[in-house]
Amino acid sequence: MKLAKILPLVALLALPTLGFAQEATEAVEAVVDDTPPMAEIGYILTTFMFLVTGVLVFWMAAGFTMLEAGLVRQKNTTMQLMKNMALYSLASVMYFLVGYNLMYPGDGWSIDGWLGAFSLTGLEPVGLADTETDLTYASVGADFFFQLMFCAATASIVSGTLAERIKLWPFLIFTVILTGLIYPIQASWKWGGGFLAPGAEGVTDFLDFAGSTVVHSTGGWAALAGAIILGPRLGKYGKDGRVTPFPGANLPLATLGTFILWMGWFGFNGGSQLYMDTAANVADISRIMANTNLAAAGGAIAAMILTQILYKKPDLTMVLNGALAGLVSITAEPLTPSLGAATLIGGVGGVIVVFAVPFLDKLKIDDVVGAIPVHLFCGIWGTLAVVLTNPDATLGAQIKGIVAVGVFVFVVSLVLWLILKAIFGIRVSEEDEVRGLDVAELGMEAYPEFSKG
Amino acid sequence: MKLIIAAIKPFKLEEVREALTTIGVRGMMVTEIKGFGSQSGHTEIYRGAEYAVNFVPKVKLEIVVTASMADEVVETIAKTAKTDKIGDGKIFVLDVESAVRVRTGETNDDAL
Repeated sequence: MKLAKILPLVALLALPTLGFAQEATEAVEAVVDDTPPMAEIGYILTTFMFLVTGVLVFWMAAGFTMLEAGLVRQKNTTMQLMKNMALYSLASVMYFLVGYNLMYPGDGWSIDGWLGAFSLTGLEPVGLADTETDLTYASVGADFFFQLMFCAATASIVSGTLAERIKLWPFLIFTVILTGLIYPIQASWKWGGGFLAPGAEGVTDFLDFAGSTVVHSTGGWAALAGAIILGPRLGKYGKDGRVTPFPGANLPLATLGTFILWMGWFGFNGGSQLYMDTAANVADISRIMANTNLAAAGGAIAAMILTQILYKKPDLTMVLNGALAGLVSITAEPLTPSLGAATLIGGVGGVIVVFAVPFLDKLKIDDVVGAIPVHLFCGIWGTLAVVLTNPDATLGAQIKGIVAVGVFVFVVSLVLWLILKAIFGIRVSEEDEVRGLDVAELGMEAYPEFSKG
Repeated sequence: MKLIIAAIKPFKLEEVREALTTIGVRGMMVTEIKGFGSQSGHTEIYRGAEYAVNFVPKVKLEIVVTASMADEVVETIAKTAKTDKIGDGKIFVLDVESAVRVRTGETNDDAL
């Protein structure tokens, strides 16, 4: 790191101690000229906040990976790891190539309010040379970095639902379209200033703070379309309506994955405050993180108590889903609820998953990790729940947002899955499915030295 | 010589081993097995779906002893492994034709 870049930070730290450290006065005066102008401090802190919370959201990729690796059967573990590595990397590239400017076109809409700009992402020049930087927000680099993580999270949601039976490459082609086009287009409607964003007269429209609808339901709708076209795993649903469970191979990994997601969510919701330039914004970020935590706790506790009552034993996988359900539920509005309200909003999410998982089984929609109940159902619930604590929200506007995003994502995904099915086939052969995708598609087992479980 | 095969509840293994050692049994073979008898299987619930566990985990003991000791061994196992609940297991007794101790070449009763 260059000294010139460190000095302003040193000055920042030294400033409050100016009056007390007489001996150090000389040294402090030597660097005081490099102190950033007050006007830059907001820009610096907000940018820094985006980078830190962006790293937290990145880590959710690890959370999804471990959750999925734990909830599939052993014979499909390597494939799940492979898909998660690939989808995160592809999402990164696609968001750079197309996604970012499609989602945030500024004044460059291709179709005003509906379709953004098609261009590569460009960053500020090195050292902000020769530019007039807008100091009211954050650097483009930090914004791009942060928003990219949300795009990747959307794709992660899909991979869990379709596990154990989908072919690798058609899934990755879907991921490319989802992260390059589907996600950025619908996200531009709300977050890019499109037709779902606050109206011109300052009237607040559809509200989705960190993406219960824009991120989670979008992933959920794409997963639902895929699960319908792909069909259930072999032997999952018997002719007489019996459901055969395929217990996950590694519950410690699934639990670790859930805790990682929980941690990442502090960045997901906290960073979505988008500004850390005033005391008010910092206080709001604190509210958001505290509320986010309690919503997850509420969801986990609700799922634990409910499965104890319904099934006589608490079901860990439902408790894991319950915590995530709480997180998704609070994501549309983590700021305005009180701590108690956040706990209850998350708790309702936990109740929703416990009923939604068997409900999907009744419809013979096979969702390996429970991503549809967690991300789609609770995404819808969370988006509706905004009206409970935020007086600016209206039920009509919330429903408008849910329906607009839902119809677009579900229909486009359905068509895309059908096209992929027609061209390549999206499902492995029965024999390969029974042998497991690790051996059949990759020739590599996750735990080669252990006997088959 | 008699071969005694006993399938018992896994948590009783240590207690049974201790009781048999006390009456002079000097060796046994132990295998973790799954199976069903009159206890049959049971059902569990995973993510809201009920499923049958058709085979129950048990521990299988194989003990070869002199004919004169067989009854005492069977009684000891039966007494120690008993919980009065369904699924306590079963004991079978078979004749053994011959035995050899590999290290010394001793045969039959001497090999035990």
